[in-house]
Amino acid sequence: MSEAEYEAVMGLEVHVELATATKLFCGCVNEFGSEPNTNICPVCLGLPGSLPVLNEKVVEFALRIGEAFHFDVPERSIFHRKNYFYPDMPKDFQTSQYDSPICADGYLEVDGVRIGIERAHMEEDTGKTTHVGGGGRIHDADHSNVDYNRAGVPLMEIVSRPEMHTAEQAKGYVSELRGILEAIGVSDVKMEEGSMRVDANVSIRPVGSDTLGTRAEIKNMNSLRSLGRAIEYEISRQVELVESGGRVVQETRHWDESAGITHGMRSKEGSEDYRYFPEPDLVPVAPTDAMRATARAAIGELPAARRERMVAQWGISETDARTLVESPGLAEFADATVAAGAPGKDVTNWLSGEVLAYLNETGLSLAVLPLTPGKLAELCTLVSDGTLSRNLAKDVLGECLREPKDPKAVVAERGLAQVNDEGELGALVDAVLAGNAETIEEYRNGDDKLRKKKRGFLMGEVMKASKGSGNPQVLNRLLDERLN
Amino acid sequence: MADPISRADVEHVAKLSRLALTEDEVEHLTRELAGILGHAADIEALDLDDVPATAHPLPLVNVLREDEVRPSLDRAEVLAQAPLAEDDRFRVPRILGEAP
Repeated sequence: MSEAEYEAVMGLEVHVELATATKLFCGCVNEFGSEPNTNICPVCLGLPGSLPVLNEKVVEFALRIGEAFHFDVPERSIFHRKNYFYPDMPKDFQTSQYDSPICADGYLEVDGVRIGIERAHMEEDTGKTTHVGGGGRIHDADHSNVDYNRAGVPLMEIVSRPEMHTAEQAKGYVSELRGILEAIGVSDVKMEEGSMRVDANVSIRPVGSDTLGTRAEIKNMNSLRSLGRAIEYEISRQVELVESGGRVVQETRHWDESAGITHGMRSKEGSEDYRYFPEPDLVPVAPTDAMRATARAAIGELPAARRERMVAQWGISETDARTLVESPGLAEFADATVAAGAPGKDVTNWLSGEVLAYLNETGLSLAVLPLTPGKLAELCTLVSDGTLSRNLAKDVLGECLREPKDPKAVVAERGLAQVNDEGELGALVDAVLAGNAETIEEYRNGDDKLRKKKRGFLMGEVMKASKGSGNPQVLNRLLDERLN
Repeated sequence: MADPISRADVEHVAKLSRLALTEDEVEHLTRELAGILGHAADIEALDLDDVPATAHPLPLVNVLREDEVRPSLDRAEVLAQAPLAEDDRFRVPRILGEAP
């Protein structure tokens, strides 16, 4: 059989760090990039006698997730201890939710297809280990050093049903999920910094079969692109393996970004034996109607609805709407610029063109740019009232992206304002024509092709004479009036 | 009634907990744990269909705290009490297993 005769089946487990001020069970700061072991206390170090107390913000965020992904929120959910032997948690267990998660049975629409989400539960993140010696690889290391700043940081684990079949679909799911999590304000969802981590369970089966094949769990993809590459690689690997008479074994496989392959990790002994039991130090969570109403009220417009509104109200394309909604902060910026009086279509063109290109090129985030919605609206006005041509406006925008300046101030400072005055421009055209009698002659006697060429030359001279600031429409008209 | 717990079960649980037990200890613990499980079996014998599983004995729910930062511990003081520290981190022996 060839690859076309197999169907891939995959489910995704997404861990997302919640953007709370403090950790899940203690008041230590929840922050990325602090000095090692500075955000630790008796609770997150698991010191004897310490007691965890649940962060109310985490429950609120979990309930927002419940609303946004159409989950059932059971009357009660409880925490469990997941026991394992590994030094990334000082307690030797991770506090998580097991058979009683806060969110059950939700879904997400991706390009018109409904992908089921089995559950979403609260749990704590683990510490960060650094392996010393042996090239930094865990099994060759001499010893390891642990930083517990991340231990106890609140996570939601969101587990889809195995209902996706292509790498594209998996990427679409993660992209939509990420957009919604950002829109509802529960996480900064940065795959590159690890605040959103995606594991993919991938299996194959012959087309037409409805039993699931043995799955491999792929880890370590830190961008949407690497998620897609890893899944495609893994599907091919499994097809080749089965075609050559082998069997897929259930294991964890590590995606190696530079080599473009997945490789198996040493198999876990008794890996499923976490001996979960109810956490005796925490009482059940029973979301009240008031808590659920607060969460519902905190949810803004979700990405799909926002795209629809932009397309309908601004007359922009679905692709442009997607670009705005999927780039962090861009849609909010567009809304604020429109609220400041600019037309949605113009705003979209600037944001999805020049502004996005500048962000990609510099790696900066929108929030740190000196450009504000008010300034972009001002720029749009300068174009619509004829002060600036689009080309000049591009220059002005470039300056406003780099410097904290108003577009009007840039125009004044650089003398960029477009000249619309017909008298002034007419004089310029006359002066150019007076110095190009020969060209005019050639234009008048030439065929269409030559006429076009000569006219283009004259227009260029006229623009040059106006130092680029003449209104091109007016100049074109004045030139034609004189030539014909 | 069949043995509620076998020697193999006890050995397995000891291994998960990284406990090295002697033959005598395995023997002794198998008997002791069987006694505890026997007690649980007494409860199982009751008709409890209408009783929800109890995760917590206290009639409390939603014990929550505000999302407000509290001071953390002094790193030097904490690391001074660790068996070993290096590079501002807790130093631990070479890790043999996989991350869970």
